[in-house]
Amino acid sequence: MKRRDFVGITGLAAGALWLPSVPGFAAGDAVDPLRLLEPGPDVALKKRMADAALNAAKAAGATYADVRIGRYLNQGVFTREKQVQNIVSTESYGAGVRVIANGTWGFASTNQVTEAGIAKAAQLAVQIAKANSKVQKEQVKLAPQKGFGEVEWKAPIKQNAFEVPIKDKVDLLLATNAKALENGASFVNSVLFQVNEQKYFASTDGSYIDQDIHRIFPTFGVTVVDRASGKFRSRQALSSPMGLGYEYLTPKAEDKVAGPQGSGVIGYKYSYDMLEDAALAARQAKEKLTCKSVVPGKYDLVLDPHHLGLTIHESVGHPLELDRVLGYEANYAGTSFATLEWKAKGQPYGSKQVNIVADKLQPGSLGAVGYDDEGVKTKEWNLIKEGILVDYEKIRDQAHIVGQQESDGCCYSQSWQDVQFQRMPNISLKPGAAKLSVDDMVKNVEKGIYIAGNGSFSIDQQRYNSQFGGQVFYAIEKGKITGMLEDVAYQTNTLEFWNSCAAVCDQSDYRFAGFFNDGKGQPSQSSAVSHGSSTSRFNSVNVINTARKI
Amino acid sequence: MQEAISQQLTANSQQLIAQKDMAILSKDEAQAILKKVIGFSTADECQANLNGRTTGNIRYARNSVSTAGAQDNVSLAVEARFGKRSGIATCNEFDDATLRRCVQRAEEIARLAPEDPEYMPLLGPQQYLTPVSYAASTAAITPDLRAQAAGDSIALCSAKSLTAAGYLEDGAYFQALRNNKGLEAYQQSTSLDFSVTVRTPDGTGSGYAVADYTDVAKFNAKSLTQLAADKAAGSRNARALEPGKYTVILEPAALVSDEGLLNNLMYSLGAREADEGRSFLSKKGGGNKLGDKLFDPRITIYSDPLNAQAPSGVFDYEGLPVKRMNWIEKGVVKNLYYSRYWAQKTGKAATAFPGNFIMEGGTQSVQDLIKSTAKGILVTRLWYIRDVDPQTLLYTGLTRDGTFYIENGKIKFPIKNFRFNESPIIMLNNVEAIGKPVRLGGNLVPPLKIRDFTFTSLSDAV
Repeated sequence: MKRRDFVGITGLAAGALWLPSVPGFAAGDAVDPLRLLEPGPDVALKKRMADAALNAAKAAGATYADVRIGRYLNQGVFTREKQVQNIVSTESYGAGVRVIANGTWGFASTNQVTEAGIAKAAQLAVQIAKANSKVQKEQVKLAPQKGFGEVEWKAPIKQNAFEVPIKDKVDLLLATNAKALENGASFVNSVLFQVNEQKYFASTDGSYIDQDIHRIFPTFGVTVVDRASGKFRSRQALSSPMGLGYEYLTPKAEDKVAGPQGSGVIGYKYSYDMLEDAALAARQAKEKLTCKSVVPGKYDLVLDPHHLGLTIHESVGHPLELDRVLGYEANYAGTSFATLEWKAKGQPYGSKQVNIVADKLQPGSLGAVGYDDEGVKTKEWNLIKEGILVDYEKIRDQAHIVGQQESDGCCYSQSWQDVQFQRMPNISLKPGAAKLSVDDMVKNVEKGIYIAGNGSFSIDQQRYNSQFGGQVFYAIEKGKITGMLEDVAYQTNTLEFWNSCAAVCDQSDYRFAGFFNDGKGQPSQSSAVSHGSSTSRFNSVNVINTARKI
Repeated sequence: MQEAISQQLTANSQQLIAQKDMAILSKDEAQAILKKVIGFSTADECQANLNGRTTGNIRYARNSVSTAGAQDNVSLAVEARFGKRSGIATCNEFDDATLRRCVQRAEEIARLAPEDPEYMPLLGPQQYLTPVSYAASTAAITPDLRAQAAGDSIALCSAKSLTAAGYLEDGAYFQALRNNKGLEAYQQSTSLDFSVTVRTPDGTGSGYAVADYTDVAKFNAKSLTQLAADKAAGSRNARALEPGKYTVILEPAALVSDEGLLNNLMYSLGAREADEGRSFLSKKGGGNKLGDKLFDPRITIYSDPLNAQAPSGVFDYEGLPVKRMNWIEKGVVKNLYYSRYWAQKTGKAATAFPGNFIMEGGTQSVQDLIKSTAKGILVTRLWYIRDVDPQTLLYTGLTRDGTFYIENGKIKFPIKNFRFNESPIIMLNNVEAIGKPVRLGGNLVPPLKIRDFTFTSLSDAV
């Protein structure tokens, strides 16, 4: 077993010594929480440093250069039952310089953010580019990008989570645990992750972009154990990591969305009621101990956005990454069925109801930024229109491959010390245009299952065959929810699945599911992404029963 | 197609400041820094952990190098404790002023921290085995060697009109620990990990090979690429078999690559979860299954830091000595993982967290296992493995990069990939034969012939 395995067995709360290796937490120095409130270097200093890097790169022979000066702040609060397990705050500060010399990329990074240190990194990047140009087959072709001058973008948060006293966060998590225990949980773990990326980007195109990005992720897991039968069941939080501040943790009635009548499920939009969800989670986990085991077969599935987000992520988000389509991820994440040749045939990816957009704009989403990590202004674009694949996810050096003139603005690096590359933007299913509530959707289902929350997930390396579980499952019989089910997973093929999409609820049901730690690349980098959708219906999907005897 | 995703050679420029080998401090150099750190402390308890690494990597795809990088780093973590309150601070510069500030910061954080109800005092002096997990040859790997390995792999595939994508990462590491209770520990290690996926240009065939070493002298990119290339060429135009229960031969990569079924079984041996009733090792009515026979009597799995083929570290992150330990012996669960806290609470001995596992096997190669198989399926790799039900340790995932039908002792034809839903508990009760263990992922793992392995659907993926 290797070190990554160690983290696996001992869990997230093993100790702060290891926290920087937890995915989603950029490696950094463990610091006093008050340090997270101190301002980073001012813009004038960052501009001076950036110019030092760009000038050094040009002087060394670069035809293009960009520099990212980043301060990455993280905090995690970990609890179980009545106790705090760990509180850790980290800070990481440095700069990464990327250049093109002899038509080839080079990259170097440094934590010595001085004019001399950053210039040295720029020179090294050029040296590396030149060395590598000897084995380069084709020159880098960058989509043109105008400079924006000195601009800034700040995430529209209401309350910086780092300004909230640790005690308040601990109190919230312990209150969450108490709610779960009161409602029958045997065990409960709760965690609050907070991230602030202070990123400064500058390039030889003439952009100096200062951005302030915030992410928050409250979550928990409850387990109910029945000692007599030896059975145990869990339910994870139905929260979502969001591109929001601490305001996400102040519940608002207008952000609560009820699941179908009879399910008791509550979904959350832009604010989250952690205590309410913990109480419900404990009751649902308890009910799982005695509810019916599913009879395998074909069912019409009604999937809530928290669940559907993961299916969108795996079966649309990943197969449409252009580097993956072309084979650059073949040894790790795999390739894609959605090749350029497949797209050219114009076969349906999904039914007419399936309209999928990519964006880096939606307020509150994890992907939202003003500009990406190569200085491209972010936008929204169509990937699937009325079931037909119309575009991919691509960055500046990929646009020409599909005959386009501009990047989609979805380049990202997890830290100043890693090179930026194409990452998944927000990928969302557009809500149905016609008015349709979840209850109206369920009303028409003869034999189906309503699934809320994302659970177990697995998909093949070309994104055809997938299997998804969930957090809670309810039988639908003759248009009504008739009770909870257990041991449910569905197996499907991406094209069959999206072509079986029969209806999508309207905007009033639309909300995000988010993922904090999407992995890609070797060495692997983590990124955060949201997926918006409304509850949707998929007809005649193959459901298996996952119960076994050992 | 006119396409070129650009090459991105990367480096962390701490290299610019540091000499090449600066990241690997000797025992004396490391302990001198730690001694100073402990000396600066005014806390009740203080432990300092100094880690260093010098690593490099190269990545290629579409028969061309795509990225390469190198990183050197040394970092210090200081834990200060006042009573049951603990604080940690880290730094990566080592002048006296920085060290002193780091210790002070840890102490300030500790004073503000809540009391830890699971507090355990720091360990005192320990006796450790002498580690054998370092090879100077691996620590001396240069960018040229990485480029040569990638070049060899690409050349072999280009010559056969196949497409290679691969990744090589190597590193030299050291860890040093010291505290104010007299504990002093130091170890070095090296590793090299290589994997390659070879595909046919028409996209109908794919093969995979993976290996890791302590000593680079054993590494041969060409022969590994040849294995993957043979599988790619041989897996063209796969036929579809009906999903169902099959006898399978699982190559070691199918058992431990990509966080495989065996790794997941080994992660699941925690005593606390078992005692709490939320593990497959929990007993109906309470207690755990330590001492129960849960597997085929031919199954023996242990850890041994001094195993010559797959050595590991001799102490864990807390400083507990890692020694040879049986986990499963002749099908019986012999030990569970007890943290220091849980061990104290339950009156057991604490278990150091192991650095490897060794599964015992026989002498048969994969070829021998094929020869003795009337009807079955050879599986090169299982992928995207995720837990489905922790109660039964049920996992799902898919075959990938070389799946073949076997009849009368011979590979008959390539078959389409399957999704499986299976538990390692069931798998290790359905053992037909165990082959000769090989090193993989830092462990020793034999190929296994398993009956009634459960495939639940077909995949079109190649």
